[in-house]
Amino acid sequence: MNENTLLRLEDLKLHFQTTKGIVRAVDGVNFSLGYNEAVVVLGESGCGKSSLAKAILRLLPRNVAEYSGKVFLNDIDIMAYDDEEFRRNVRWVMMSLVPQAAMNSLNPVLKVGDQVAEPLMTHHGVKKEEALETARAMFKHVGVPDAFLDRYAFELSGGMRQRVAIAMALVTSPALVILDEPTSALDVLTQANIFNVLKRLKQDLETSFILITHDIATSSELADRVAVMYAGQIVEVGDAKSFFTAPLHPYSKKLMASVPRLRGDQEPEFITGSPPSLLNLPTGCRFKDRCPAAFGRCSEEPPVVVIDQRLVKCWLFN
Amino acid sequence: MVAKMVEEKNAGFSGVSVKGDVLLSVRDLRVWFELRRFGFGHAGYVRAVDNVSFDLRYGEAVAVVGESGCGKSSLMKTILGLNKPTQGNVKFDGKDINSFNTRDWQWYRRQVGYVQQDPFGALAPFMTVQRILEEPLIVHGVKNAAEREQRVRKVMDEVKLSPVDDFLSKYPHMLSGGQQQRVVIARAMIMEPKLIVADEPVSMLDASVRVEILKLLRGLQESHNLAMIYITHDLSTVRYFSERIFVMYAGNVVEKSPVDDLLKNPSHPYTNALLTATSDPDSRNAETFKEIPPGEPPSLVSPPSGCRFHPRCSRKIDDLCDVEVPPEFEISPGHVATCWLYK
Repeated sequence: MNENTLLRLEDLKLHFQTTKGIVRAVDGVNFSLGYNEAVVVLGESGCGKSSLAKAILRLLPRNVAEYSGKVFLNDIDIMAYDDEEFRRNVRWVMMSLVPQAAMNSLNPVLKVGDQVAEPLMTHHGVKKEEALETARAMFKHVGVPDAFLDRYAFELSGGMRQRVAIAMALVTSPALVILDEPTSALDVLTQANIFNVLKRLKQDLETSFILITHDIATSSELADRVAVMYAGQIVEVGDAKSFFTAPLHPYSKKLMASVPRLRGDQEPEFITGSPPSLLNLPTGCRFKDRCPAAFGRCSEEPPVVVIDQRLVKCWLFN
Repeated sequence: MVAKMVEEKNAGFSGVSVKGDVLLSVRDLRVWFELRRFGFGHAGYVRAVDNVSFDLRYGEAVAVVGESGCGKSSLMKTILGLNKPTQGNVKFDGKDINSFNTRDWQWYRRQVGYVQQDPFGALAPFMTVQRILEEPLIVHGVKNAAEREQRVRKVMDEVKLSPVDDFLSKYPHMLSGGQQQRVVIARAMIMEPKLIVADEPVSMLDASVRVEILKLLRGLQESHNLAMIYITHDLSTVRYFSERIFVMYAGNVVEKSPVDDLLKNPSHPYTNALLTATSDPDSRNAETFKEIPPGEPPSLVSPPSGCRFHPRCSRKIDDLCDVEVPPEFEISPGHVATCWLYK
């Protein structure tokens, strides 16, 4: 296997049991991530991108119907770990998460400094004073003043809280951080600031990132590679440069065309129709009903085609 | 003095002199909220909106852009009549809303439609789409059920909730985010208002649906000759939507301009910062750091003296920006910035 691969997913599935049937939120995802690489997972709401983060970190709700496939971390199959091993060796040790609406996920009755120090104490058995020192250093990395260590979450602005959540994910120096919509609730200037912070962390700490978002424009601030997710599957993976200049999959093209741009005169267009329900997925290509280029073959499961190291799941490229 | 001159000039430009042209006129508006200590002691004011003046013409769409906490929602709520102005006035069709009685308010609420930010939160979960859309008609005394239904169908057709029959009996939770927002827009439209106030109408929606909803609003605005105030923090959608932009910072409007002019020639340093911070999808973005003004917006209880942006501004002029409040300076016809750089 490639030596530069940090994380590799093979046919990862996460299905939920609901009263209406089985929701196939993550349905056979394959992709890999290198060291010090940032991959953006793009998709509309309900395409399964947040479930993908949960599946990778094994943060599962109770109603799981199927959780299968392989997740290799440094070529070790972590799906074989039992929950205790996973907790001890993987979560917050190798990979951590900045959850969606992270700014509201801080504990209101704990000082933020203590919260940031906590993962070090629980996962590495570090003494409190030492952990607080590391937390202080982490605050510096994400641009939060020292004095804030002793404050409570409600005393901080949204942008500051988001930085604290990022510091908490990074304090144990994991190799991979998964960011789930890290800036969706923030103002433009704060957003740009957070991305500056993430870029600096990527340079200084050589962390890898999986950035899960629906915001295509800001995702380009961090992306080395882009993966597009549609109805539980990844339909295209490619390097950021070729993706942002010329996406391959018809869905990616539509998605790119829907972005309102500040510069340039391109009129944004919307995608007609809505994504299929994950309860009742169509056979063959899941985008075919909304696809302008759909033809007869599309009712069969499309193959994954490799073009110049880019992957695309579409009959057009066969 | 300068400010006054520019304002008069501006007023002339935007056609105040032509009677009946201006739909909504806001003059020196202040919306301050009193802070109380222990429930009764006075502890200062939150100056959410401070000295805001503008005119809105019939059929004109303007965008109010600013970060959260800049006072754009307080401004909107005052225009809707949900907040009382502390000082200054809001005139709609020549009538001052400060002097409204109950009947005037009823009339006013038919003239102004409101599109909320979060469509799911704005729709009563126990009402069907038909009932939601009928409600304003019932409140405003349309007694004939057949007429009500006909108007509901018409407005649903206009917001492209079709086939209408499929949607009439649905509850909000059965609709997608985009469809819910269409219902909210239909409800705002059903009294055939002259003005629509849309508060971040697409920020809760998916990127692919956003454009669809904005285009729908734009289409309705043009076909019904509606005036529209579009409140947003997202500059990238503004140019597809409105003719003019007002940029707000810490309770003040710092720049007013036609859209294209503002995007080509942003004058206020804060506007510049907003434009720099807004990304377009481009892989080169990942290679550079953005220049963002340091710090955060000031507290509105004790805003900085002089220009409220001066503590974060890289182009501040010492002993001027931090002392005196800048008046409006005209950059080009219809384009003004409250910044001492243009004195």
